[in-house]
Amino acid sequence: MTKTKLLASTLLSLAAVPALAQDVPPAAQDDVLKIGLMYTLSGPAAALGEHARDGFMLAAEQMGDIGGMETEIIVVDDEQRPDLAADKARELVQRENVDFVVGPIFSNILVAIHQPVTETGTILISTNAGTSNFAGADCHPNFFVTSYQNDQNHEVMGAYAQQQGYENVFLMAPNYQAGKDSLAGFKHSYTGGIAGEVFTELGQLDFSSELAQIAAFQPDALFTFMPGGMGVNLVKQYDQAGLSSIPFLSAFTVDETTLPATQDAALGLLGGQNWAPDLDNEANAAFVEAFIEKYDYVPGTYAMQAYDAAQLIQSAVSKLDGDLTDRDALRAALKEADFDSPRGDFSFGVNNYPVQDFYLVEAVKRDDGRYATSIREKIFDDYVDTYADQCEMQ
Amino acid sequence: MMNLFVLQLLNGVQLGVLLFLIAAGLTLVFGIMDVVNLAHGVLYMVGAYFVATFAALTGSFWWGLVLMLPAAVAVGLILEYVVIRRLYTRSHLDQVLATFGLVMIANETVKIVWGVSPLSVPLPEILSGSVPLMDPLRYPVYRIAIIVAGLAVAAGLFVTINHTRIGMLLRAGATNRAMVSALGIDIGKLFAIVFTLGAVLACLAGALVAPILSVDTGMGESVLILTFVVVVIGGIGSIKGAFLGAILVAVVDTLGGVFGPILLRAVLDPSAAGQAGRMLAPMLVYILMAAILFARPAGLFGGRA
Repeated sequence: MTKTKLLASTLLSLAAVPALAQDVPPAAQDDVLKIGLMYTLSGPAAALGEHARDGFMLAAEQMGDIGGMETEIIVVDDEQRPDLAADKARELVQRENVDFVVGPIFSNILVAIHQPVTETGTILISTNAGTSNFAGADCHPNFFVTSYQNDQNHEVMGAYAQQQGYENVFLMAPNYQAGKDSLAGFKHSYTGGIAGEVFTELGQLDFSSELAQIAAFQPDALFTFMPGGMGVNLVKQYDQAGLSSIPFLSAFTVDETTLPATQDAALGLLGGQNWAPDLDNEANAAFVEAFIEKYDYVPGTYAMQAYDAAQLIQSAVSKLDGDLTDRDALRAALKEADFDSPRGDFSFGVNNYPVQDFYLVEAVKRDDGRYATSIREKIFDDYVDTYADQCEMQ
Repeated sequence: MMNLFVLQLLNGVQLGVLLFLIAAGLTLVFGIMDVVNLAHGVLYMVGAYFVATFAALTGSFWWGLVLMLPAAVAVGLILEYVVIRRLYTRSHLDQVLATFGLVMIANETVKIVWGVSPLSVPLPEILSGSVPLMDPLRYPVYRIAIIVAGLAVAAGLFVTINHTRIGMLLRAGATNRAMVSALGIDIGKLFAIVFTLGAVLACLAGALVAPILSVDTGMGESVLILTFVVVVIGGIGSIKGAFLGAILVAVVDTLGGVFGPILLRAVLDPSAAGQAGRMLAPMLVYILMAAILFARPAGLFGGRA
């Protein structure tokens, strides 16, 4: 008898599995709004994940029941390991039955969790990683991005270098895919001469050799992409080597996650971003003030983009009065992006990637003694990424 | 190109004195006590963490450096008493296993105590900034300070080893341990002194480098291999050898790292040249080691092969 029961329950559970592959995930049929946050919260890059998590949680706290639904948020750490992230993403959609997965920080994690999440009909909202494949040919109706396409920040700096009339720029990036993409992105909008192009080892901490080359070549400017601890070291050593007279252009190197460590050494260094804490609009002033009040540090773009993901979910769920079963209506509501972003203009392009403005930012010390990036000038207006044409989604 | 050469030479010497500080302890421990200590890099890391902690507590790099020294002595004595002392009579394989275990325990302990995020140590005000070298080149004052401090320690060690009683015992121990013991010297005490001296030097290297690098758990391992190369090139047990070996290895490494890719760029695209150059620089060091061992199997100043 027990054997029969066992067999029966096994068969039942097997029969339940294909339901996952249908367009309406079981999560949509209950009254609870469940959101899974997946960020890198341990290891050297943990600060980026913390900014994003705190940004989302701030919005969630301000909203209470998001879109009027009882809300449950599950936070998971992907440990910056794609294999682990894919497993945890499957767990979120299949066991926890979440309605939305929000995250991650890193592109290689995004590539790993994209299919496990979107194929079940669950909505994936990336608040940082925006790879070229999902912006172009592999765009997906269940995938939204509230950050940018990865190349764009580099293109901003390329455009700035071009505009300044630099003829001799020294390029430096770590030797891995994102590093090569970065320099390619820079050269996409910069056509002047290259003084030198150096690929450093990923994780390198002493840049004395590279700085010696920069000092010897005396280029018009340096463009670099050195995320995390590498950037902290490079900025400190750049300052110590007395190279500050050479303009330092960067992407993902000088921001609110590294400024607490580099402090004065980074002042005056330039970067490309879609926002900065001092961007002048009402929504932004409220966001930055509430964030500092709650967490006692200045939010970076990672926090702002996650905050917007929460606002995006809220706007769509309210429109549908909490009924998530009509998936086409849900996707359409999300695509409207009907909320006030701290970055000002925000809409989705055909590929569900943002169409937004980009700015040249500079590291400054605020009046309260904290360090932050500050808007210097707008470089691109309503900028659409270069891969959107390849997306065949309507 | 000449400018670049001079800058890189300075960078090489700066790396060299750091390597010497680490290698000095390693070569003494290896030469006198006959212990292969893979955990020597751990001491370098611990020194950096100590200075980061003490500097943060006192608000001054100098106090951090001063307080780091007694802490380093304590760590050296405790390690010697608890672990290393038990390894003197064991085979090299046992020593490698035990000290490798120590590396893993130490790294995890550091993660538990200080967390996973890298720490940063502020530069002392007086040593920040840079000095003009040859126009328009400038060089960071702090790196010059490292070179000066390293050379001063090297000079001090040289005097101690060649002109004091303890130095005489160290030299004797490196040449013939059994005879020193037979002459009535307390070999246990001598070993404890040697190990602690090595520990303090390695901690000092870590402390000096902390303001220019971020203080991280893996920093010990990255430097350990190069240090072993220095010890082998210089001759096991020889401080003079460790000094020459360290400067030689560091200069070859830094010059190779820059001029390799520049030469290769003439024939390859920049990405490939950068990659090949990166691989070429460490290779040059091993080629140098092989060449020296071919000419002098015991190293430059080694007593025994």
